[in-house]
Formats: sequence, C-alpha cells, structure tokens
Amino acid sequence: MYSEKVMEHFRNPRNMGEIKDADGVGTVGNPVCGDMMTIYIKVKDNRIEDIKFKTFGCGAAIATSSMITELAKGKTLEEALKITRKDVADALEGLPPVKMHCSNLAADALKAAIEDYYRKQKEKEKVEIK
Amino acid sequence: MSTYKKIYMDNVAGKPVDPRVIDAMMPFIKEFYGNPSSVHSFGYESKKALEEARAKIAKLINAEKAESIIFTSGATESNNMAIKGVAYRNMDKGKHIITSSIEHMSIINPCKYLKTKGFDVTFLPVDKYGLVDLDSLERELREDTILVSIQYANSEIGTIQPIREISQIVHRKNAYLHVDATAANGQIPIDVQKDGIDLLTLSSNDMYGPKGVGALYIRSGVRIEPIIHGGGQERGLRSGTENVPGIVGFGKAAEIAVNEMRAESERLSRLRDKLIKGLLESIPYAFLNGHPTNRLPDNAAVRFSFIEGESILLSLDMMGVAASSGSACTAKTLEPSHVLLAIGLKHEEAHGSVLFTLGRQNTEDDVDYVIQIMPDIVKRLRMFSPLTPKELLG
Repeated sequence: MYSEKVMEHFRNPRNMGEIKDADGVGTVGNPVCGDMMTIYIKVKDNRIEDIKFKTFGCGAAIATSSMITELAKGKTLEEALKITRKDVADALEGLPPVKMHCSNLAADALKAAIEDYYRKQKEKEKVEIK
Repeated sequence: MSTYKKIYMDNVAGKPVDPRVIDAMMPFIKEFYGNPSSVHSFGYESKKALEEARAKIAKLINAEKAESIIFTSGATESNNMAIKGVAYRNMDKGKHIITSSIEHMSIINPCKYLKTKGFDVTFLPVDKYGLVDLDSLERELREDTILVSIQYANSEIGTIQPIREISQIVHRKNAYLHVDATAANGQIPIDVQKDGIDLLTLSSNDMYGPKGVGALYIRSGVRIEPIIHGGGQERGLRSGTENVPGIVGFGKAAEIAVNEMRAESERLSRLRDKLIKGLLESIPYAFLNGHPTNRLPDNAAVRFSFIEGESILLSLDMMGVAASSGSACTAKTLEPSHVLLAIGLKHEEAHGSVLFTLGRQNTEDDVDYVIQIMPDIVKRLRMFSPLTPKELLG
C-alpha cells in the first residue's frame, strides 16, 4: 500500500531526533488523532542549517517527517516556507489517499517551526531595543 | 527482507484452508457439478453432500436437528439475516433490539439501519475487559424487546461473554437471543441447547474452511423472515443455489474442529499465554487488551504506550511477521476501533494496539521469535516519538 520510497524513509529515517538549542520548534497534530510531529530547526544566515524531527504516528507520518527534513535542509527560510504537503507526497512517490490529510502534516510542522523562529527573533529585537 | 522467516499471526483476518478441507472440496469443483435442487442423479450427489455438511455443522454446535442450519455466504450475511429477519418478522410484537457496543460492524450497521426504519436499538456498555454489563441488560429489556444480539467472543480483544447467564436474562423477557460466534467457532465448545441460543452465526474461514461460506443456526420455532428472496432454497429462508464446494469444505472444517478442538485450543492457549507474558515482561508500558483469563485461545491483544499501531505493524512486517491493529491508521475510517474505545481506552491508547492471532500453523518458535524482536521494534519507534518520557530512552 505504501511506495518503496515511503518504506525506505520509514526504515531509515533521516534527521530523526531533537536539537537541544533549536532556533525554532514547531509541533502539529495530537496523539488523539494518531499523528503528532515536532520539527526542530537551527538557522544560520537565513538558511536552515540543521533540522530534526520527532514523530508519533503511522508509517506515512514518519516518512513525511523524514522527507521534509531532506527537502528543507540548506534552504533559505523563504524557500522552505514554500514547501507544500503535495511536494512532500510527490517526493515520496505518492501517499495512499486516506493518508493525504491525516498523516501528511510535515509541511505544517516545518512552517510552525519557522514561524516560531521569526517570533523568537522579534522578541530578541525587542529586548535589544530596550 | 526475504531473509527473515515468514510468520503469520493475523488469523483473525483470514485463515489458511486446511489441506483436508481442500481434498474434500475438490470433487465438488471438478466432478459433481449438479444443482442440489435437481431431481436427477447429478443433483442427488450434490444434495447428499450438502446434507452431510449440514449434519456436521449441527454436530459442532449440538443443534437439535440438522434442518436448523441455514447456509449463507458468510458471517456478515448471517448477522444481517438474524438482525433484519427477526426484526421484520416480529414487528407486531415490538420494535426494540438490544446489542452490545463491541459487536462486529455486521451487527452494528444492520442495527443502525433498522433505527432509520423506526426500530429502537440499545447498545449495552461493557466493562474494561469487554464483558457485557448484565445489570444494564436486565434494566434495558422491555416488553417490546424482540431480539438481543451478543457475540460469543470478541475478535479484537478475545473476551468471551457469559452467554448462558445472558440467555437466562433474555429468556425471562421472551426475547430471542442471537449470538455471533464468528470469532469463537472452532476454538471453544458451543452448545446451542445448553447455552440457550436461539440464533447463532457461524463462519467457515474462521475454522479453516473456505471463505465465502457461513451459516445461521435458527432454533425451530423462531420466527424469522428471509432477506434474500428467490427460488426458495434453504427452506425458503435463503434463496440462491447453494455453494456446494464451499459448504462441503465448511462441513469438513467443522468435522475437524469437533475432533481436534480440545487439543488445539490447549496448545494455542499455552502459546498465547507465553506470547502475552513475554511481551508484557520485556517491554515497559505494555498492557493487555481484553480479559486476562476469559479469552479466546488464539488472541494476544497488546498495546504499547507512546507509539502508533500501524508503524508497529510495518516494523513487524519488515521482520517477516504479519499481525493486525486497532489503530485508525490501518482502517478505512480515521477513528480507532470502536471496541477499544468501548472498553474505555483513550484514543492514543487505542492507537498503540497490536493484535496477534495464532493459528494451527504457528509454533512455539514463532512465538519465541516475536518475543525476541518486539522489544527492539517498540524501542526504535519510541525513540522517534515526541510522547516518550525521557527516562525510557535512557
């Protein structure tokens, strides 16, 4: 039911783990739905220098998390924000229709992590102005 | 992947057909093609085989006579026939039906359908082990209750219901008792007369017969209407030319079950207990679903906190082991199993459930292998999960 690419990422997930001093953290989904993922990013010169994920969920949830870290690593924040759910699914050679909505949350989690980064930057600026 | 051994522990979803059953069926696929309703010798051969199979099914459940067995296309049809057939035939007496909240969808959905046709349906709660609450059964029974439908045992959590007690309560109010024995048949002894069962659903594949065949036992005197109309086969209760090869196989499967059930159930119960104990002892935050002792011999239903069932199944499959799950992520719907929610599990607990169902082909080596590989699978997925407490990762 899953593509070989999904299974490959499920078997060998890329960038699994946490970043302790992350610049941005984004969590989407919840355990009640069966899928929850957290993306951690480290930003340098407006680029995603490092990215890691932690995911509770089905095979598709784990594979999409793994794939988004590959797609986003090294990209500018603007480029990373443009990655869509469809991009992730396409890069995985497709997802079963029922999984497109429930488990394809990685793009949302990345967006949340970048927004968290922007928010923290603003707070820093405020502190500096004061 | 192919270097791993292949172990099948999803016998609840589908069982291999016993080779002795296949041998019994072959002549009725190759040579004896006559229609059992025909008057000539070709028809007679088929008719004879049909009635022999009926007698074997009757013996399995100690039916008072073979004619009480009606062949169907499987448990789903038998359940539909029992629910709708009894409801439509007894509307003059009342329009209230009672069932439990952990029945198979082929009970729940016909009941929901009848609700749209003006019937009143009560879904009884169960306790944390999945046992039907007998007090609420007693309370909910009314003068206009025509049917109570309770499963013999649950396929997802293995819990066996106290059918005799349920029968006594139901019959004090003159309602009929239908029992869905799909998960139980061939595994534990069923005696429709001693148990006090009016209608009983049986499934062929669940006792190593072919798929696409089942039966409904209907005690003589029970008022029921057909739901499939046509040429009047099966005493007018289920029209359509009988699936003779399938029914012959079903009969053979029942005969084998009669002879071997006791020894095989003892063997499976031992393997089941070893598997459950092995998993619960070697993996922290692992719990049993269903009743600890009143459970089907084949059923080892275990849940693991902080991880999700489908990813466990995929991991098991990578190691050559086939199992199933109550997680939403393996289903067509996005809701976790209604059975797991009914026994009081939270959504996230239900999501982490895995169901191993053992069968004739499983050996002690298979069980040892699963006990050996499971801790690492759970550990790996817990490493991925943001829900896992830090101290567990160590």
